Amino acid sequence: MKESLLTGLAAIVGPRWVRHRRAELATYTMDGLPTHESWPGVVVIPGSRHELIDVMKALHASKTPFVARGAGTGLSGGALAEGNAVLVALTRLNHILSVDPASRRAVVEPGVVNARLSEAVLPYGLQYVPDPSSQTACTIGGNVAENAGGPHCLKAGVTTNHVTDLEIILPDGSLARLGSTHGDAWGPDLVGLFVGSEGMFGIACSITVRLEPIPPAVRTMLADFPGIRAASEAVSAIIASGIVPAALEMMDQSCVQAVEASIYAAGYPTDAAAVLLVELDGQPEGVAAEHAVVEPLLRAHGARHVLTAESAADRARLWQGRKKAFGAMGRIAPDLVVQDAVVPRSALPDVLDRISEIRDRYALHISNVFHAGDGNLHPNISFDRRNLELASRVREASREIMTVCVAAGGSITGEHGVGNDKLDYMPLIFDAETLGAMQATRRVFDPGERANPGKVVPIHACREWCASPAARGNGRQQHGSLAEVAHD
Amino acid sequence: MIDGMLARLREIVGASGVERDPSGLPRVVPDSTEAMARLFALAHGRNWRARIEGQGTWLSSDAPADFAVSTRGLDRVVSVSPADLVATVDAGVAMGTLRRRLADDGMWLAIDPPGRPERSIGSIVAAGTAGPLRQGFGPVRDHVLGLSVVTGDGRVVRAGGRVVKNVAGYDLGKLQIGGFGGFGVITELNLRLRALPRADQTLIARASRDHLTSVGRDLTEARLALQALELFSPAIAAEPDWILAARIMGTEDGVAAEARRLTSASSLLWQQLPVERASSFWHLSARAVLGGAVTLRLGVLQPGLDDSLDMLAATLDEGLITAGAGSAGGIRWSGEARIDALRALRRTAASREIPMTLERAPWAIRQQLGHFGAYREGVGALVSRLRETFDPGLLLSVALEGDGDAR
Ligand SMILES: Cc1cc2nc3c(=O)[nH]c(=O)nc-3n(C[C@H](O)[C@H](O)[C@H](O)COP(=O)(O)OP(=O)(O)OC[C@H]3O[C@@H](n4cnc5c(N)ncnc54)[C@H](O)[C@@H]3O)c2cc1C
Repeated sequence: MKESLLTGLAAIVGPRWVRHRRAELATYTMDGLPTHESWPGVVVIPGSRHELIDVMKALHASKTPFVARGAGTGLSGGALAEGNAVLVALTRLNHILSVDPASRRAVVEPGVVNARLSEAVLPYGLQYVPDPSSQTACTIGGNVAENAGGPHCLKAGVTTNHVTDLEIILPDGSLARLGSTHGDAWGPDLVGLFVGSEGMFGIACSITVRLEPIPPAVRTMLADFPGIRAASEAVSAIIASGIVPAALEMMDQSCVQAVEASIYAAGYPTDAAAVLLVELDGQPEGVAAEHAVVEPLLRAHGARHVLTAESAADRARLWQGRKKAFGAMGRIAPDLVVQDAVVPRSALPDVLDRISEIRDRYALHISNVFHAGDGNLHPNISFDRRNLELASRVREASREIMTVCVAAGGSITGEHGVGNDKLDYMPLIFDAETLGAMQATRRVFDPGERANPGKVVPIHACREWCASPAARGNGRQQHGSLAEVAHD
Repeated sequence: MIDGMLARLREIVGASGVERDPSGLPRVVPDSTEAMARLFALAHGRNWRARIEGQGTWLSSDAPADFAVSTRGLDRVVSVSPADLVATVDAGVAMGTLRRRLADDGMWLAIDPPGRPERSIGSIVAAGTAGPLRQGFGPVRDHVLGLSVVTGDGRVVRAGGRVVKNVAGYDLGKLQIGGFGGFGVITELNLRLRALPRADQTLIARASRDHLTSVGRDLTEARLALQALELFSPAIAAEPDWILAARIMGTEDGVAAEARRLTSASSLLWQQLPVERASSFWHLSARAVLGGAVTLRLGVLQPGLDDSLDMLAATLDEGLITAGAGSAGGIRWSGEARIDALRALRRTAASREIPMTLERAPWAIRQQLGHFGAYREGVGALVSRLRETFDPGLLLSVALEGDGDAR
């Protein structure tokens, strides 16, 4: 990394907030996925929107690639940077800028931690719905970049359904204001395009989100099943009944046992093949009426017991086990790969069977905890990455699981993103033309391809799209190519 | 010249797929995404300008072009999966046809866009026109899981998928939903369905506009779970007074309880409509939007509703208006208006941070005003680069921005 760039960055954010010694960089070499590691050249931690803009301008002037980073809880290797790139950490941009209870909107900086936003709006009886299990750590900026979901996204939608307005800094340091606070936009849906772009279109520096009222009544049920197939059929039956629960989550026996052996023990029956957590919310009468439909459905599909939480404390306990399941599984072995794929709900029983078969064949420890209501699977593989032979079996099994999900009509990721981890799987679901369209769209925002280089779209698999004349004009020539940057 | 063109077009889509519109313009009716792609590849090579038409019930077919292309031939409901609540349909399928087909299997698509039942699903998605149900089920984009689109130079992009949750790659479909065809022609859609609700009740109340908007505020504060809470002007409802209509869906008991809460939470006299009347009420009000040559929407939330309705009355008129009185907000106006009045409205609205989108109007107005306009910082440049990417020759005859409006 050039000395002049370091000095320039230090002049903007103060020397304290520019990290480049190896020991200082260590915390930034991974995200939540244990299988990828990469050392950034420099980490810069701006303290204000102004500083962030100046940092981006400096990086643009020196044609330096950069990677935005929130809390680093991502599960696809998205927030990792190579040695020639600058990691822009957004954790100090953590202010809730405004809350407007009448319009049900909040404006936040990207580094605001997800759970903190919901806490802050609680006094107004409002909440920010998308609740990734990592919500006590992950940032709203990271959620926007990944289009994060969570258990309560079944009825209310994922991040993209809750963001109305984005101020972004483009890789050339200029600003763009996408969307509108008022719902309808000032033009095409660029917010929709930006959400889920995994840090490759620029950096979101101010985010307006929709808040929702906290429902007056909530009922949480725990149903346990002797077979995982029966549990998945119960899921389909509930959805087909026309009732959309607020949450509909499944955990298999391995996951339940891990939770029950941990400090997060929630009282789940450890002898069940699977448990379902079903939450209904709304007005009291509506919830009671839905409960009267759902409970018999669960029993009709073979639930041995259906327990309904009686108090807020009961409810919190049932949820704690689910939300901390990843932590609990972390105790099974030194490393955990949290996989993420989606299948049509009707395919759940068969796909889960296939995953068990893959687990047996590769002799792996796989636990399933997932958003069953929308078919979003998380087969989690416990292993020790120092055991290279085992690590290679984990990789092979992961690929087979993805192939099975795609063959069932699904997708390679429902909420964790592609990052660098799933780059190779992209051609399984997108043809060369569509991948080319993605790459061309990225170049609209980032003609120099300096934002989070090398992620999401496997360039070699793309059919070439001409860069648009405008992109050619102020693009590559001006920014220089990545290869040139690498030679700096 | 026309004869040579017709001959080439027939080679691409077959003789039966080429006709002449009333003005003599060649109109091509491809019956597949692939035929559409071949057509646009040809047109791109020849620099032919294209006008996109659906069923022709929403937007007038008057954009200048060398040929018209209709999605009418894309008329298959490809598949419907009750177990997964997903349908794959061609873009030319009429909303009314789709509704009937889905109801046979106990499902529905939770959108109620303005216009006639013949309106094609592709037109609804391309224009992003949501109706009163956006309060309970969100904007049109929330119902689209994936789509195929043919770009201006004949490439086929297949965005999204058939599952309800999916973050693989960039969300390219979002650009097409509400993109007014400026980034390609949507040919096929994967739609998210719902099981038909067990109960579906409509209640209406009559009063003055101000009274009804204030009731809307109270009901929102009281957090009623309404799937629609829409305000209708007298002209649109064909009634002497303004009307507030609420729609409640769910289980029988849940709906009954919510209806009780609605009637007790406000001083209004609510009238519950019998099933038949409720359905014709929603249909007629959707169709009444076509009563003026121009339709536009304002992005405004409930706290700004009164002011924005006043602004409309002052700049245009208080004729055909519907407005979201719940938390979703949004105003739709239809009528006759001169270009300078529309320009003035967009300017005034912009100064209040309210976007105005021109949904339908004769070409002369669309051309000058654009569907969009008054872009915010940085947006104009991104939009024009996106257009050049998805329509490199700018051969799709669509006025996203008006003349000299883009910043
Ligand atoms: C235990 C555990 C449970 C999890 N559960 C869930 C879950 O239920 N649902 C779910 O969706 N995810 C879950 N995740 C994954 C992860 O928490 C989410 O992807 C989250 O959105 C990442 O946020 P972050 O702040 O940590 O982002 P990071 O990991 O720091 O970054 C993720 C990506 O976002 C980009 N980025 C970050 N900030 C910005 C910005 N301001 N502008 C542009 N790009 C930016 C980065 O470049 C990177 O590509 C879980 C992770 C863990 C470890």
